[in-house]
Amino acid sequence: MSIGATNARPFLEVKDLNVRFETDDGIVQAVTDSAFSVEAGKTLGIVGESGSGKSVTSLAVLGLHRTRSNAKVSGEIWLDDQELVGASDEQVRLLRGGKMAMIFQDPLSAMHPYFTVGSQIVEAYRVHHPGVNKKVARERAIDMLARVGIPQPERRFNDYAHQFSGGMRQRAMIAMALVNDPKLLIADEPTTALDVTVQAQILDLIRDLQEEFGSAVIMITHDLGVVAELADDVLVMYGGKVIEKGPALEVFRNPQHPYTWGLLGSMPRLDRDVRDRLNPVKGSPPSLINLPSGCAFHPRCPYAGRNGNRSFTDVPVLHGDVHKVACHLPQEARTEIFQQEVLPNL
Amino acid sequence: MLAYLIRRLFNAVITLLVVTAVTFGIFFLVPKATGSDPALLYIGKTSDAASVEGIRIKMGLNDPIVVQYGKFLKGLVAGRDYANGPDVQHCPAPCLGYSFKTDQEVTPLLMGDLPVTLSLALGAAVLWLIIGISTGVISALRRGTILDRSVMGAALAGVSLPIYFTGLLTSAIFVYWLGWLPQGNYVPFTENPGEWFVQLLLPWITLAFLFAATYARLTRANMLETLGEDYVRTARAKGLRERTVIGKHALRSGLTPIVTIFGLDLGALLGGAVLTETVFNLRGLGYQALTAIRGNDLPIILGVTLIAATFIVLANLVVDLVYGFIDPRVRLA
Repeated sequence: MSIGATNARPFLEVKDLNVRFETDDGIVQAVTDSAFSVEAGKTLGIVGESGSGKSVTSLAVLGLHRTRSNAKVSGEIWLDDQELVGASDEQVRLLRGGKMAMIFQDPLSAMHPYFTVGSQIVEAYRVHHPGVNKKVARERAIDMLARVGIPQPERRFNDYAHQFSGGMRQRAMIAMALVNDPKLLIADEPTTALDVTVQAQILDLIRDLQEEFGSAVIMITHDLGVVAELADDVLVMYGGKVIEKGPALEVFRNPQHPYTWGLLGSMPRLDRDVRDRLNPVKGSPPSLINLPSGCAFHPRCPYAGRNGNRSFTDVPVLHGDVHKVACHLPQEARTEIFQQEVLPNL
Repeated sequence: MLAYLIRRLFNAVITLLVVTAVTFGIFFLVPKATGSDPALLYIGKTSDAASVEGIRIKMGLNDPIVVQYGKFLKGLVAGRDYANGPDVQHCPAPCLGYSFKTDQEVTPLLMGDLPVTLSLALGAAVLWLIIGISTGVISALRRGTILDRSVMGAALAGVSLPIYFTGLLTSAIFVYWLGWLPQGNYVPFTENPGEWFVQLLLPWITLAFLFAATYARLTRANMLETLGEDYVRTARAKGLRERTVIGKHALRSGLTPIVTIFGLDLGALLGGAVLTETVFNLRGLGYQALTAIRGNDLPIILGVTLIAATFIVLANLVVDLVYGFIDPRVRLA
């Protein structure tokens, strides 16, 4: 591709991604026709409830479903002009942990209890730098521990995960993910298991490191505050589908999907009267084995009947220019509902 | 660590003391309850009253039970003299007394049996560890396949079939039908290692089959659990080869519980593999115990029980110490 070509691919581009699992209870359609992209240096926030397909999407990008014999992944995943869904296991393995890396949710269970934290970082480094000797790898690991803000890194190198505090453990996890300078970093709810004060430190750390390394970041979370803080773009997922996406500011200022309104209504806010109740999304997430007909959100949508029966029968298509939404309600109706019924309660 | 070790050793001694007290109690109470007289068991029913009384004095059977127990403990630690006037018999430490049947000293008798049991148990242990763990791991990796199902089916058979059935079956096949292996006749390792190996092969296989079955099932369950752990996913996310993910990260935690079970199984087996030794006519501790029970030879029963208990207590101690090394989360204190 020539320099300055306007049709250059984004650094990460996912198209028509479908992930399904064959289980004894039936086929779990975990992700349906998902599409998104992230440019280098930018952050994409993926939000949604548990079971909405956020984590499954990220594991698909890393090719981690390949070892599960009951998983089927289809579509296209382009990382830096290389297609991954059709690539061999070995090709994807070499990228995993190297060009793309992941930070997991609960660092205590995500780190091996029987190996020292240092040795786990060394292992991650050496698998992608086969010629490097142990001493150099060790220095690199200690350097990484220092860079993510772990005091006395030479000493902590020999400690086990259970000897770290929650925040330090997540820092070590980040050091392990970043040891090979990944160009794509996926953080799967990196702050969920941490204290609020530590959460802020970890988010700052990820942002600083992103600026330093110029990586593309995918931040998976159910915390809209985190997205507002960090993300350039937002993807809202529901029942395995992308139901709204667009620039983060735009989605926050002018949310289009009733489910997004629900997520915003579930956020606790300090400036609200303590006697006011939160406005959670009523009902529970849909079964991915047996999705509701039409719009998967219709059983929980307070406005589902306002536009005839389409919500119950037709699957809504993601539409719009930059800010896209998958909802049957006409744009004007949605704007009116948001202004008059939703906004006053937020 | 040192304080921990001392405390554990102290506990081990207390446990063994309790075991001796209980066994000695049974040893003393059983003849009373059944109306038989240890002196008669020792000397034979046809003897005249004077010599029976002589034996009573010599064995100290007229003393209160506490005194007898005290003398028994002293014999274990320092040796003891059995005396009836000028007739003095010295039994060096650790003294377990004399066999009622053959008048042999129990300690050297059992020490002579120990190598047989040791050979049987250790050889079988090597076999069952290799077979059990490897089939367990393969089964876990090929979960749900025909291979997994047949291995687990065989393991179920191994767990449920008794030794005296599998033992006779393997004998029938390998000795009498195929003629590949000799009909067991123990040869000491020091005498002829090759012959020792060949003669023990069949007992090893039989005993190992039973244990390998348990270990295969255990390993498979552990591996399946470990393979679902987050840190195994992390290992894959780092880009490690599948070989490393399984062989290093998953196996490391999958095998840790096996260490505990292995220590206890081996400890228990060292006290005598009664069925295997009987089926294959191996004169080890288990065989000795069985013969002693049949003949009411109480000193030998007491001796074997003590040795078995010692092995189990030691195995427990070793397992706990080893665990402190293989699981960094365990603090020995």
